[in-house]
Amino acid sequence: MKVIRFTLNGDPIEIGVRCEEILVQTLRERLGLTGTKQGCDLGDCGSCTVLMDGLPVLSCLVLAADAEGHDIVTIEGLAVGEELHPVQQAFHEEGAIQCGFCTPGMVLASKALLDRNPDPTENEIRHALSGNLCRCTGYTKIVRAVERAAKSNQVCSCGDKP
Amino acid sequence: MSRDFRWIGKPVLRVDGVAKVTGAALYTDDMQLPGMLVGKILRSPHAHARIRGIDTSRAEALPGVKAVVTGPDAPVRYGILPVAEDEYPLAVDKVRFVGDEVAAVAAVDEATANRALSLIDVDYEILPAIFDPYEALTRDDVKIHEEARKANIERQVSLTFGDVEGGFAAADYVREDKFFKAAASHAPIEPHSALAQYRDGKLTLWTSTQVPHYVHRTLAKVLGLPAEQIRVIKPALGGGFGGKGEPFPLEFAACLLARKTGRPVKFTYTREEVFLTHRGRHPMHMKVKTGVRKDGTITALHFESLLDGGAHGSYGVVTLYYSGQLLTGPYVIPAYRFDGARVYTNKPPCGAQRGHGGVQPRYAFEVHLDRIATDLGIDPLEIRFRNAVEPNTRTVNELRITSCGFKECLERSSRKLQWTERRGRLPRGRGIGIAGGFYVSGAALPIYFNPMPHSSVRMEADRSGRVTVFCGASDIGQGSDTMLALVAAETLGIPPEVVRVVSADTDTTPVDLGSYSSRVTFMAGNACRAAAEEVRNRVLAAVAEVHEVPADQLDIRDRMVCVPGNEGKTLPFSAAVVLAEARGGPVCGSGSYTPPKLAGSYKGAGVGPSPAYSFGAYAAEVEVDEETGVVKILRLAAAHDLGLALNPPAAEGQVEGATVMGLGETLWEDHAFLDRGQHASPNLLEYKIPTALDVPHVESILVESVDPEGPYGAKEVGEGSLHPSIPAVVNAVYDAVGIWLHEVPITPESVLKALKKRDKP
Repeated sequence: MKVIRFTLNGDPIEIGVRCEEILVQTLRERLGLTGTKQGCDLGDCGSCTVLMDGLPVLSCLVLAADAEGHDIVTIEGLAVGEELHPVQQAFHEEGAIQCGFCTPGMVLASKALLDRNPDPTENEIRHALSGNLCRCTGYTKIVRAVERAAKSNQVCSCGDKP
Repeated sequence: MSRDFRWIGKPVLRVDGVAKVTGAALYTDDMQLPGMLVGKILRSPHAHARIRGIDTSRAEALPGVKAVVTGPDAPVRYGILPVAEDEYPLAVDKVRFVGDEVAAVAAVDEATANRALSLIDVDYEILPAIFDPYEALTRDDVKIHEEARKANIERQVSLTFGDVEGGFAAADYVREDKFFKAAASHAPIEPHSALAQYRDGKLTLWTSTQVPHYVHRTLAKVLGLPAEQIRVIKPALGGGFGGKGEPFPLEFAACLLARKTGRPVKFTYTREEVFLTHRGRHPMHMKVKTGVRKDGTITALHFESLLDGGAHGSYGVVTLYYSGQLLTGPYVIPAYRFDGARVYTNKPPCGAQRGHGGVQPRYAFEVHLDRIATDLGIDPLEIRFRNAVEPNTRTVNELRITSCGFKECLERSSRKLQWTERRGRLPRGRGIGIAGGFYVSGAALPIYFNPMPHSSVRMEADRSGRVTVFCGASDIGQGSDTMLALVAAETLGIPPEVVRVVSADTDTTPVDLGSYSSRVTFMAGNACRAAAEEVRNRVLAAVAEVHEVPADQLDIRDRMVCVPGNEGKTLPFSAAVVLAEARGGPVCGSGSYTPPKLAGSYKGAGVGPSPAYSFGAYAAEVEVDEETGVVKILRLAAAHDLGLALNPPAAEGQVEGATVMGLGETLWEDHAFLDRGQHASPNLLEYKIPTALDVPHVESILVESVDPEGPYGAKEVGEGSLHPSIPAVVNAVYDAVGIWLHEVPITPESVLKALKKRDKP
């Protein structure tokens, strides 16, 4: 058992974790953040993707103890009140959601991509999402959603300029 | 074509979209109840063995273990088909595949539950096992199920329609080919999960099921509990594709253990267990023989299929019939013979997977048809046009075809890839191919005989102007809740966002048979429209009475009840509901849908008939690397006749998703087993489903033939849209490098082998 401290969706967390506990268990079972999904527990499907210091990681392959001192963002941490993050909005409007089980991981992986590459090509999007499996959509609308989010981000940042 | 719709035909946002995109949607495994225990299942390490005894005492003695159950705790046989009730919740006497469920434990946490499994002692007597379907056909000394009359044959079927011998005699050319399509598995991203609570003699089960109604009635039977004491609820569900379309051991085990311990018990399968549960696409060995005239007109068809069913019946008898019954379109087949068999083998059971039964034969026939066209020097597109089925006709096996946009599908998909200009003219290594398909919009008969409607909707409008739809239909991600909201909204003249949908809860919603056979939009959509019309009539009758205008002059638009030509009398929908409620109590409507009697006159005619059929034609463009054998899909134009697109983005999503699932089966997916029956790849690393990098941007084309009986003209879109994708690619490979591939998946190895054979015949 080890007491760890980290930032979760902007809030400070202090929690005791078992040495073999994985981050997805801590998030889902102990902190009640069930938006992070478990599809395989083997690092194959990407459903449990969360952001660690802005980068996508598979929370089924991260020991909870390794979250010590890091900044973790889960799907619950993206929207501001009722206002969806542009990536969430784009997924919703583009029809990029079907069963929704891969959606939290997809959205976070997409956000991480756009944060480092605001204007990705289709191929760059497909590369960035290739670790997140979706069995429903065939990816077409997911790729479109990321393109749409990129566009709306650009519109926003242009609008900010005087 | 009427385009006078307010919301139909325009993009409508999913009713559960925000919940899903924010992580708020609750799936079964997301639920926690106070005092909840963790359940785990012990599985057989042997492919075929007699159970001499099970000793659970060491497991029960482990601190933290609350209960253990085994087969004798519920020795009741069940099965999704009444003709194939050959399963027990947990094995009784025998195990039939590696992974067969033997015992279940409930413990305070997962680690304790897993430790308890290792402390259960099972005394097995190992029996010889059968893995090969041809061996299963003939071996009488090994019986996987004692009930099989001959060897391990579950069912054999022969059907003949029209003058088959005469048809072949009249042919100018006859060709015969053999094909094999490997097994595939659904691989939904959400693993199966079930949570049971037993309180005050009442059982509640939250479960990731496509068929709450069938689970409900099977639980009653297996647990010996009256159905009225059981409630089945389907929370948000993370993909099914047929893989969650029948009752499963985790559901029974959760209920048995909840009853035994008095505490809630949750089971969630590991990814390996999802693969072992399977019920996916049958491996199918097929023989196709077709007679044609010189111009390519088909005169007769003989199709034979052998289905490797695995250890249980599951949906297999239906799969077997579908394999034959769905070859009589989308081309006119004047004479047809079908011989098929499904056998038991010691592998996880196969069942229904998206496009059920028709996918493998469709691949075989479409490639076979291309070979015939090539032999005769006819363009593959042209041979399809020449034989294409027409609207308002009947197939040789008595399927009633009403709306049919097949020719338009052929035209539009082929045009997208510039078929005429490019087929046979691309540089070596590049090619295009085309294939067709058709599929049911729901089966005309239910799985078990009952006189109920196939789908029912209860609807209530309240004083706030909100409307609630209650329906048993199971939204498994395809968006049926949104479809119900949309149909209710369009019918009532109120926006979809003020319609609330309560679905898939056996306590509160009227029956719908479930999400299978691509039936929900057609059947629940029709039921919903009927219920909404009743609500509308109640509301308008009240307004008519108060304002002394004939009800048929009234209309509801954008939440306002208007009297044409008299704007002073316009009032909000909510106020109109209050008037109606004042005149007759709660403003409710009920609607139901039962398909017309469509089954043909012969034995076996129950599988195949549907109130409407979808049609499709896909054109694929591929690149084949002759050095490595790797096939890359560059483009895929998917034209699907869905009657009418109620919500176009949702419909496109179905076509895109089904097409890509088909591409996975074409190139990689092989649900295979090792020589002692162990699963060869029970994880998503080795069982390769397509990633975003592997597939092209699918160009979906929605063809609208406006079905006369579908809700606002709609018919199915989610399953038939898988059919043409496999043969379109295989036919494109021929155009690229001149090889025919008679086995799917088309691995680089098989491509290289065929290239070698092409060069040195």
